[in-house]
Amino acid sequence: MEVGQMQGRLVDYTKSLFMEGFLDGQFLQLQQLQDESNPDFVVEVVSLFFDDSEKLLNDLTMALDQKNVDFKKVDAHVHQLKGSSSSIGAQRVKNACIAFRNFCEEQNIEACLGCLQQVKQEYYLVKNKLETLFRLERQIVAAGGSIPLMEMGF
Amino acid sequence: MENTPPSLLVVQFKNQPRRSGRFWMKSAGSCFPNCQIFQKDFAHLPYMANHLKLTSPFLLSLHSHPHPHPTTFFCFTSFFFVFVLCFVESHLYLVMGMVTEAQFHVLAVDDSLIDRTLIERLLKTSSYHVTAVDSGSKALEFLGLNSSHEDEQRNPSPASVSLDEDQHQQDVEVNLIITDYCMPGMTGYDLLRRIKGSSSFKDIPVVIMSSENIPSRISRCLEDGAEEFFLKPVQLSDVNKLRPHLMKGRSKEMQQNINKRKGMEEILIPDRTRTRYNELEVV
Repeated sequence: MEVGQMQGRLVDYTKSLFMEGFLDGQFLQLQQLQDESNPDFVVEVVSLFFDDSEKLLNDLTMALDQKNVDFKKVDAHVHQLKGSSSSIGAQRVKNACIAFRNFCEEQNIEACLGCLQQVKQEYYLVKNKLETLFRLERQIVAAGGSIPLMEMGF
Repeated sequence: MENTPPSLLVVQFKNQPRRSGRFWMKSAGSCFPNCQIFQKDFAHLPYMANHLKLTSPFLLSLHSHPHPHPTTFFCFTSFFFVFVLCFVESHLYLVMGMVTEAQFHVLAVDDSLIDRTLIERLLKTSSYHVTAVDSGSKALEFLGLNSSHEDEQRNPSPASVSLDEDQHQQDVEVNLIITDYCMPGMTGYDLLRRIKGSSSFKDIPVVIMSSENIPSRISRCLEDGAEEFFLKPVQLSDVNKLRPHLMKGRSKEMQQNINKRKGMEEILIPDRTRTRYNELEVV
């Protein structure tokens, strides 16, 4: 597959992520902050997000598994996950966190467990999508091409 | 020392062709009629040295006269000094330009590593020098303020406290602080209060960021001295709003420096010019 085709595939794939709500405008902001002096900025920040999220999801699983659930602690973890997903533009994860926090307030354990499953699912989905995206970018760069800049006009 | 009427002062050089340098010698000499130097015959000096001396009366006064006349020397140095000062003052706008071009230093405070990375990148893209810390207490430490309230109030000798703060402020110049609101331990709001309550740092503009859009929180921060309140995730357009606050702080700083310099000039110049005018008056 030649570079032009690969670039076209990347653009289409990125567009679909936005259309399906996996990513929002904040992700474009991240891409805009990437330049020659910081060529791996997006990958770096998203990697931080992956590490942070996995730790938080583990902490949440443990916290909700306790006999006496500390809802304040659970809420704090969800707040953090909401913040980091919002910062990188992982829209569906962020929305799942917002719903989760509402149930934390109500101190509804069953609902919280359900939300945790939802958040995990959304997280693994977006992780998969982003890893695919980065792989496509690497293929283009390896073939000597450049990453096309996305615009908001879709 | 005999007084020579300025218009009649002519310098003769044996075996030297007439040069324009003599005009300068004459003019310079006419300013200092009490100066013996310009009445001397320099013919005995080597040609090249002579040429140089034609065009640099100041150097001449040093070289040819073993003990330059104190008034001459003093006049030259004062004239030179005044000239430099006038030059600097008239070109102050250049100096000011250089000062405003110097980088602004922003202190960013956020407990989230992702947000810290993001805000650092946003600020660096806008050509600011950035220091990022993960807590309010680390921010205070960086500035040189004690983390605990009590220490500042309990301190028996206020002079030593302010001296430390002042010294530290000179080492670490921060032009703006941007902080997250929700942080464990000291919140962004607590940090804001501490900064505004400090005599050394209350003039540093503070900006608060938060992921939560709570109007009462926003108005409380703004009322207590925050310049801006940004909703997260922070955008480049938000960071662009910081510049006016930074420029305002810098122009205030420069005005203080200019006032200081003006004060110094007023003390120095009158004395020296008065002496110079006295010299001329004697004629």
